[in-house]
Amino acid sequence: MVRDTWLLFRHNLRATLRQKAGLIFGAIQPLFFLVLFGPIFATIGSWETLVPGLIIQLGLMSTGMAGFGVVFEKRSGALERLRVTPASRLALLLGRVLTNAVQLILQVVLLVAVGYALGLRAPVAGLLAGLALVVVLGASLAALSYAIALTMNEQLFAPVMGTAVIPLVLLSGAFLPMSMAPGWLDALSYVSPFRHVLEALRELFGGHYFTGTVVAGVAVTVVFAVISLTVGTRVFNRASA
Amino acid sequence: MINATGLSKTFKGGDVAVKNVTMSVRPGEIVGFLGPNGAGKTTTMRMLTTLLRPTSGTATVAGHDLLGDPARVRRHIGYVSQSGGVSPSVPLGEELHLQAMLYGLSRAEASARTAEVLAMLDLTGMESRPGGTLSGGQRRRVDIAFALPHRPALLFLDEPTTGLDPQSRANLWDHIRRLRAEDGVTVFLTTHYLDEADALCDRLLIIDHGEIVATGSPAELKAGGRTLDQAFLDLTGRSLREEAAL
Repeated sequence: MVRDTWLLFRHNLRATLRQKAGLIFGAIQPLFFLVLFGPIFATIGSWETLVPGLIIQLGLMSTGMAGFGVVFEKRSGALERLRVTPASRLALLLGRVLTNAVQLILQVVLLVAVGYALGLRAPVAGLLAGLALVVVLGASLAALSYAIALTMNEQLFAPVMGTAVIPLVLLSGAFLPMSMAPGWLDALSYVSPFRHVLEALRELFGGHYFTGTVVAGVAVTVVFAVISLTVGTRVFNRASA
Repeated sequence: MINATGLSKTFKGGDVAVKNVTMSVRPGEIVGFLGPNGAGKTTTMRMLTTLLRPTSGTATVAGHDLLGDPARVRRHIGYVSQSGGVSPSVPLGEELHLQAMLYGLSRAEASARTAEVLAMLDLTGMESRPGGTLSGGQRRRVDIAFALPHRPALLFLDEPTTGLDPQSRANLWDHIRRLRAEDGVTVFLTTHYLDEADALCDRLLIIDHGEIVATGSPAELKAGGRTLDQAFLDLTGRSLREEAAL
């Protein structure tokens, strides 16, 4: 299983790197928010509040749409070709998810680097802990995205997921903290698991590691990871895709 | 090589795609599975290749129990789906190498076998071509190459020549015959072309509405001076020639 995962991961990563235009646009997009929105936000808040929000936005957008890749593979028959080999079904999922995780790490590192140039100041330990949290969250969301892509009508996948991600990003408080929201919106936002993760991320960037908020964020991430990977594995095991 | 008993598939919503199919294929045979569109050919093939779980029935495929040990069945069969499986943007050599390694070959074995399989199918020198740049006939040969790295004893081909020009079809038939002659591969293929069934297959199974309605060699089915098309019409009430024209 480990060998199959590694083989598929390498193959997918190479295929991703081959799409140079896609990589460049994927990296530039979040930087726009940082450069063109960040300075406005900095007049009312800190970079340590904004950058975690943009990281969550990036994480949700890029891994939420991961399933789109498998739609193409399903259509070309390439997925089925892999499914008739003895390769572990779990490896077919994990090989992809790991590729998304690596892609996300590169994007987040770039975002943080540019953030630093603009005035972000966060302790290294906080940055690393935050990165770990986001990568686990992103990988889990990617697994869920694949499961949805294989279950759902393929024409509907892009519009539905593209739309579903927007309220999740907004309700997490990615652009403005939910503490500024009216009561009902604040209450509603607790429904989004990503709010908890984002608040933990802000604490970590602020250098506070062992707070209740961080514990809650980690716990939500772990639960989300377990659920997503379980669903993903189920679907890859049975999908007659 | 294949022994299936009472295979059935009912899809969610109650559509019965395959009803109680019992059949066998002997080692070294080229057997054609002939039937109009929607007769259950692909569904049966997907069940036999572990891709679809039968609603009922049992089968032994390439010496292993289909339901009890699908992983081992996969290790001994090759399968080429109707749509094929060539990624448009990945170089062939790279993709074939991955496929070989997923079948358990070591890196060195996979490289050697990739070259060998490409040579077998007259694709030498095309390693760096992405799938999207191939002609229809070439792509079909690549599809077959993907199914061969692990030297399967049994090869499933779902409509191998549909959509190809006559020359490419004849060329593909030669390759299929050679696989049997040189490597002893047993071939089970679906088709709705009567000329293909006649020219290529030792034995035919005719399926209609999910049930096998006749089996025999092309010569047996043509007994009494009927053409294969007439035999088919008599059995199913439908003409394959119209189907093939679709």
